[in-house]
Amino acid sequence: MNPFRYERANDAQGAVATLARETNGAFLGGGTNLVDLMKLGVATPELLVDVARLPYDDIEELPGGGVRIGAAVKNSVLAANPLIRKRYPLLSRALLSGASGQLRNLATTGGNLLQRTRCLYFQDVTKPCNKRRPGSGCPAREGYHRNLAILGASEHCIATHPSDMAVAMIALDALVRVEGPSGERTIPLTEFYRLPGDTPQRDTVLEHGELITAVDVPALPFATRSTYEKVRDRASYAFALVSVAAALDVEGGTVRDVRLALGGVAHRPWRATRAEDVLRGAPANAETFAHAADAELAAAQPLRDNAFKVTLAKRVIARALTDLAERAQ
Amino acid sequence: MIATRTIGAPLDRIDGPLKVTGAAKYAFEYPVRDGSYLGITQSTIAKGRIAGIETDAVRAMPGVVAVVTHENAVRIDAPEDEALRVLQTDRVAYYGQVVAAVVAETLEIAHEAAAHIVVRYAQEPHDVVLSADRTDLYKPEKVNAGFPTDTEEGDVETALRRAHVTHEAVYTTPYYHNNPMEMHATVATWSDDGLTLYDSNQGPHGILSDVAKAFGLPEQRVRIIAPYVGGGFGSKAFTHPHVILTAMAAKIAGRPVKCCLTRHQMFSLVGYRTPTIQRFRLGADGDGKLIAVAHDVVEQTSTIEEYAEQTATATRIMYRGENRHTTHRLAKLDVPTPTIFRAPGETPGVYALECAMDEMAQRCLIDPVEFRIRNEPEVDPESKRPWSSRGLVQCLREGARRFGWDGRDPAPGPHRRGRWYVGMGVASSTYPTRRRPSQAQIRVEADGRYRVLIDASDIGTGTWTALTQIAADALGVGTERIELRIGDSALPKAPGAGGSMGIVSWGSAICDAAEKMKARLRDDYGGRIPPDGLSVDGSTGKNPLAEKYAMHAFGAQFAEVRVDAATGEVRVPRLLGVFAVGKIVNAKTGRSQLIGGMTMGLSMALHEETALDPHYGHFANHDLAEYHVAVNADACDIDAIWIDEDDPYVNPMGAKGIGEIGMTGTAAAIANAVHHATGIRVRDLPIRLDKLLA
Repeated sequence: MNPFRYERANDAQGAVATLARETNGAFLGGGTNLVDLMKLGVATPELLVDVARLPYDDIEELPGGGVRIGAAVKNSVLAANPLIRKRYPLLSRALLSGASGQLRNLATTGGNLLQRTRCLYFQDVTKPCNKRRPGSGCPAREGYHRNLAILGASEHCIATHPSDMAVAMIALDALVRVEGPSGERTIPLTEFYRLPGDTPQRDTVLEHGELITAVDVPALPFATRSTYEKVRDRASYAFALVSVAAALDVEGGTVRDVRLALGGVAHRPWRATRAEDVLRGAPANAETFAHAADAELAAAQPLRDNAFKVTLAKRVIARALTDLAERAQ
Repeated sequence: MIATRTIGAPLDRIDGPLKVTGAAKYAFEYPVRDGSYLGITQSTIAKGRIAGIETDAVRAMPGVVAVVTHENAVRIDAPEDEALRVLQTDRVAYYGQVVAAVVAETLEIAHEAAAHIVVRYAQEPHDVVLSADRTDLYKPEKVNAGFPTDTEEGDVETALRRAHVTHEAVYTTPYYHNNPMEMHATVATWSDDGLTLYDSNQGPHGILSDVAKAFGLPEQRVRIIAPYVGGGFGSKAFTHPHVILTAMAAKIAGRPVKCCLTRHQMFSLVGYRTPTIQRFRLGADGDGKLIAVAHDVVEQTSTIEEYAEQTATATRIMYRGENRHTTHRLAKLDVPTPTIFRAPGETPGVYALECAMDEMAQRCLIDPVEFRIRNEPEVDPESKRPWSSRGLVQCLREGARRFGWDGRDPAPGPHRRGRWYVGMGVASSTYPTRRRPSQAQIRVEADGRYRVLIDASDIGTGTWTALTQIAADALGVGTERIELRIGDSALPKAPGAGGSMGIVSWGSAICDAAEKMKARLRDDYGGRIPPDGLSVDGSTGKNPLAEKYAMHAFGAQFAEVRVDAATGEVRVPRLLGVFAVGKIVNAKTGRSQLIGGMTMGLSMALHEETALDPHYGHFANHDLAEYHVAVNADACDIDAIWIDEDDPYVNPMGAKGIGEIGMTGTAAAIANAVHHATGIRVRDLPIRLDKLLA
């Protein structure tokens, strides 16, 4: 681990100003991802600005039925919050399916959104990696990639985003509130993450010094009937091979509205807009669900060892929608 | 046999309070005056030569005490194991080999400095992929634990031709890494008296001679201390490079050095289990009795040292069949040397054997429990020796009764229930019952307390408690009068914890010392303890009766599985193991060892696999986030019981080692249950969902 300075921020403006002065610095939340990457030599910040104690630890109701989640709210607190459990069960389920109890007690909402994409070659500084050393190559394409991306990848990077929470939030059209050197802005989560393209070193659209202060989740009444299904290689404490966040609004046997997102399949939490388009207005039956899943995965480009994730994703989508439709009856 | 009073009781661990309060010190925790820390630089090629090492910048880093490379290393003499000749050459024989080390004032500086050493390589093409059709496979002289490489009896080929039913299949197991919770650690201090090591190992005497030889010291000038060890699973049985390296670094730095391997480093420096490719051929007559049993194993070792896993040895003793054949063939690859790992040989071998038996039972249209019972051999099929005891049939019957085997649908899968496929599977377990020479000393004090001294090892298995119970019964006193000392090479010489031989070897030596103690007190002191106390030495050798009887532990394992029909996810709601293992010394720690072994077997069946990247020759998933072991949520209702078994031949306690048998057979029972549930036969572990996404 390289030597670094540590400062604790008193307020958001101070944190932003401090980090803005140091080009090679980072905000520190729960540290559950950043500190690991520092130990591996993948992240080498010279300054850490600790924002975990900033007063962004509230979960408040917004006018109109939405909820504002402070960036410093711990994952375990968010998962257990009655408002979240009632209005957005998919979010609570997503949180509880992630990491372990110990990690959820430390990890923050802002930090969870900003965890780096995963790939074993990214984490191993002795190997080339376009994300870590742009232009050095991507050994994962030919190497170990069983759990890497099947959608939206590029020849430069096939890493996957590991967050469960973000998959549920992207399905809910959450908005990320940011404080930066040039003021505040709000970014829809659907536009927050990047696909790797030829600049895989950037996971999000955040600029240096920008600090997440809150996530706003808009009202979505039918999200009371929603789910998060996560499939992984062991019963707990593993990253998703495929996960599905879904909320379904069915009336008279027809899909009136739907929110669908996938995890574990791409460089970002994957909003399944193609599937949503197929579903809206269609009969809520197995045929439609299979058709929607096929439509979403039509663009999949699996590699030697991860083709099974295409089949798996289709089946988990179909099952999640079927279960929600049955609950609607 | 000794009279047992506390043996068998479920005594709480006597080291439990020390461990939960943090008072029990592990190797890296020992404070040393003027201590410094070791950072290790590892090769990033799998084969070649070091063309140059740049260390100037690192030497100039604040806090760096010394840098060690092959150019300035202490010349050491450990000719028997090339891997231990650390930094003696510019040759690189495997990815992750130690190529340099840094001694620094803090652990952080040591790691950072080691990462900044620049090594230039003259790389050569490497060869790291095992396959059964390699033309360079060779026959080792013997396999691990001294077993013959091949065995042959009768005429397998002819028997297979005239068999009514035959089965042939290839079963494979992947790379496994031992991954004990406590990372390997060594703290080295040189003084005028010699070398002292606080070291995490499975028995100080097991590494003493390697260390002494490496530095040209008489063994009495080396002391190795390891009273508490956080798991080993075989990876702490033998000396590994970091032990020699730490002692060398302390010598060069002129001050104590502490080394703790990182999880990543453990994947290349402390061994692993070889992948195996196992071809089984079975033939049976019209009654479902085996007449041909053939097991051919292909596995690997490194280019620098031979380790040949004894994978086919269980097949030699398990079932009847007058025509038999087993072989082991090795490839020498540019990889680290494999080592012993959780029931070496038996674990992968019994997996293949017991899956093959399941497939054969199905072909013969016989229930898999009945098929095994029908093929029970009267004597050891190869040595023709009678069994000292063999409780397999009783375990199978008792297990079937308790598990509800009669309710199993005998038809082959798939068996669908709602969104799940459900199934049950069975497999036999076995592990040899052996013992090694051991010494022990007992000293009685005037106050009536007995100090029992032996260089035994507790790697989390319960040795502290079990040996206290054995000593109490052997001396005929309560456990409160026993004061045990273990885990120190200054104590009487004893074998390490391994091969399920610890308790039975140490216990036999303690029983011998206790008998002598009681005789001395009775004959020389009129039954009274002399005012100055009294010391007696005891020992045990190899068991002479082992030439007369075949000695093995047996068991039967039953698994219930559910397989998600849509996703292929496998769950194991129920596992039951019934074991015939002689007398259990401590019912609590014994059960813990057995269900622990079964959990490891579950982990092997469903999760564990190290992925080697053939391009680099490195282990890609080298941490516990990516190398999956079973977690609590995977281990549901796991139970282990044992039948009453009196075996007067194995040792004075009548106990058989139970450290490893628990994991033999578990993977097969689960694989067989998955087949019963889904109709899909997975012959390459682990059984992950992608293999079931039909």
